[in-house]
Amino acid sequence: MMGAIHYPFRVWQRNLSVFFRVWKPELAFSLAEPVFVLVVMGLGLGSLIGSIEGKSYIQFIGPGIIAGYAMYSSAAECTYGSFTRMKIQKTYDAIIATPVNVQDVIIGEILWGATRSMITSGMVLAVISVLGMVSSPWALLIIPLSFLAGLMFSSISLLYTSIAPSYYTFNYFYTVFITPMYFFSGIFFPLTNFPRIVQDLSWLAPLTPVAKLTRAMAGGRWSDDLFLSLAVIVVVTGIFFFLALKSMKRRLVK
Amino acid sequence: MIIIKASKLVKKYKDVVALDGVDMEIAEGECFGLLGPNGAGKTTFIRIVMSMSPLNGGQLLVAGKDVSKNGREIKRMMSLAPQVDNLDPDLTVLQNLLTYARYYDIPRAEARKRAAENLAFMNLQEKLHANIDELSGGMKRRLIIARALINEPKIILLDEPTTGLDPQTRHLVWQKLKLLREKGVTQILSTQNMEEAARLCDRLVIMNEGRIVAEGRPLDLIHRHMGKQLTEIAVFPGKKEELLALLQAKGLSWQQIENSFRVFDSRPQDFDTGYLLTLGDVSFRAPTLEDVFLKLTGRTLLE
Repeated sequence: MMGAIHYPFRVWQRNLSVFFRVWKPELAFSLAEPVFVLVVMGLGLGSLIGSIEGKSYIQFIGPGIIAGYAMYSSAAECTYGSFTRMKIQKTYDAIIATPVNVQDVIIGEILWGATRSMITSGMVLAVISVLGMVSSPWALLIIPLSFLAGLMFSSISLLYTSIAPSYYTFNYFYTVFITPMYFFSGIFFPLTNFPRIVQDLSWLAPLTPVAKLTRAMAGGRWSDDLFLSLAVIVVVTGIFFFLALKSMKRRLVK
Repeated sequence: MIIIKASKLVKKYKDVVALDGVDMEIAEGECFGLLGPNGAGKTTFIRIVMSMSPLNGGQLLVAGKDVSKNGREIKRMMSLAPQVDNLDPDLTVLQNLLTYARYYDIPRAEARKRAAENLAFMNLQEKLHANIDELSGGMKRRLIIARALINEPKIILLDEPTTGLDPQTRHLVWQKLKLLREKGVTQILSTQNMEEAARLCDRLVIMNEGRIVAEGRPLDLIHRHMGKQLTEIAVFPGKKEELLALLQAKGLSWQQIENSFRVFDSRPQDFDTGYLLTLGDVSFRAPTLEDVFLKLTGRTLLE
């Protein structure tokens, strides 16, 4: 008899099988938006800005955009995707009638959301490398980092999904949480231009430490506050993973 | 041998008692029916047997193991064909079965073999690579049963397997369930179709409002609760008082459902048929399981 540790992986495999059926449009779409933003903002806005922190504007935003779309990939997967599987398709119900239990389903969904983050950031990283925006082999660390960041954003998203009554309410999640975070995490401009209080608050937005790390990795420049960034990600992931598990169980086990 | 033993099961949702002290014993290899109106507790019972839903009281043993402690192990030897369609629309017919097989850790080659066999068994071999939304309602139901056979279960739970099916498909499903019964697979069949219950079930329970109100073999239940003969009178307008007076005078017992009177255990010779025919349309017939069902679960139409 096998141990029980592999059951979340079975759920992950189910999502992978679905992904392989639709991977071409999925990959095209998950790459199209970040590249679009990079080009439009980087070249368009960049021509007005000159350089930031000694880099051209497009070089400045490139690594941060990887972080931003790592977030969007796992958030989409664990909000709209998970909600569809849970409420509309009754996929969770079908799965928990087998030896796989509710907890395995939740962990499997989070692992899959993290995998989507990793796939997206891998592709965007490839694009910005080709465009010459990566100056260090340390940039390869962005791939495992985005898996970790994916675990964090999947857990946060799934926690919201666990209390979402309908599709419509995901608008609130994106308007109040995801979109402001995208703009206030130092991806598009350094937060040093803002008052101290905004800079401190931005630490509460878990995308900020991820963007700091991707930028450092792409440039191969290490500094002490990066350990703090990593620690923030690990702690936030742990907390939200636990909360998502608890709250989702409460919704599903009746 | 008893394979499922339920003692004093209690299940509560917020303000509803779904199961209110249910005792049941199901023998290995039998087809056991769960009958009852909507809300009687059939689906709740099934979810508890599948350890998808925790109990609030009592104990349920499957093959001697407690469901609240050995969920995974028990689910390995059982499977569920649910009432609602929860096939995976993101996957093809074959992928649905292979993905399901993976949840049971069935090796790939074996899973392919079983998938092909089960699809052929349910007459779906042509649809191997079809998408789920290309299937008719009847095909989906058959696929749900094929999927439930992928782990070669000892016990299969079927929640209203033929609801909404056309007669041809219904008969096909019945025939397949009989074949499974011959192979020794224990079946728990929840249904609202009395003909289905009478045809397939060795034994059954009738549930109402979370309790078991009758238990036994279909024919025994009919004889015990309805006798051997039944008179059904569809009363003419304005003749109801007269009919009631007649039945009372004769000391008979009956059940009224809308304008139809079912007079229990009564024969033509109990009446002056000429007179009776002036009160309503009359038929003398053998009682069915449906009559038992209506008698025991009340005439109220539950939503």
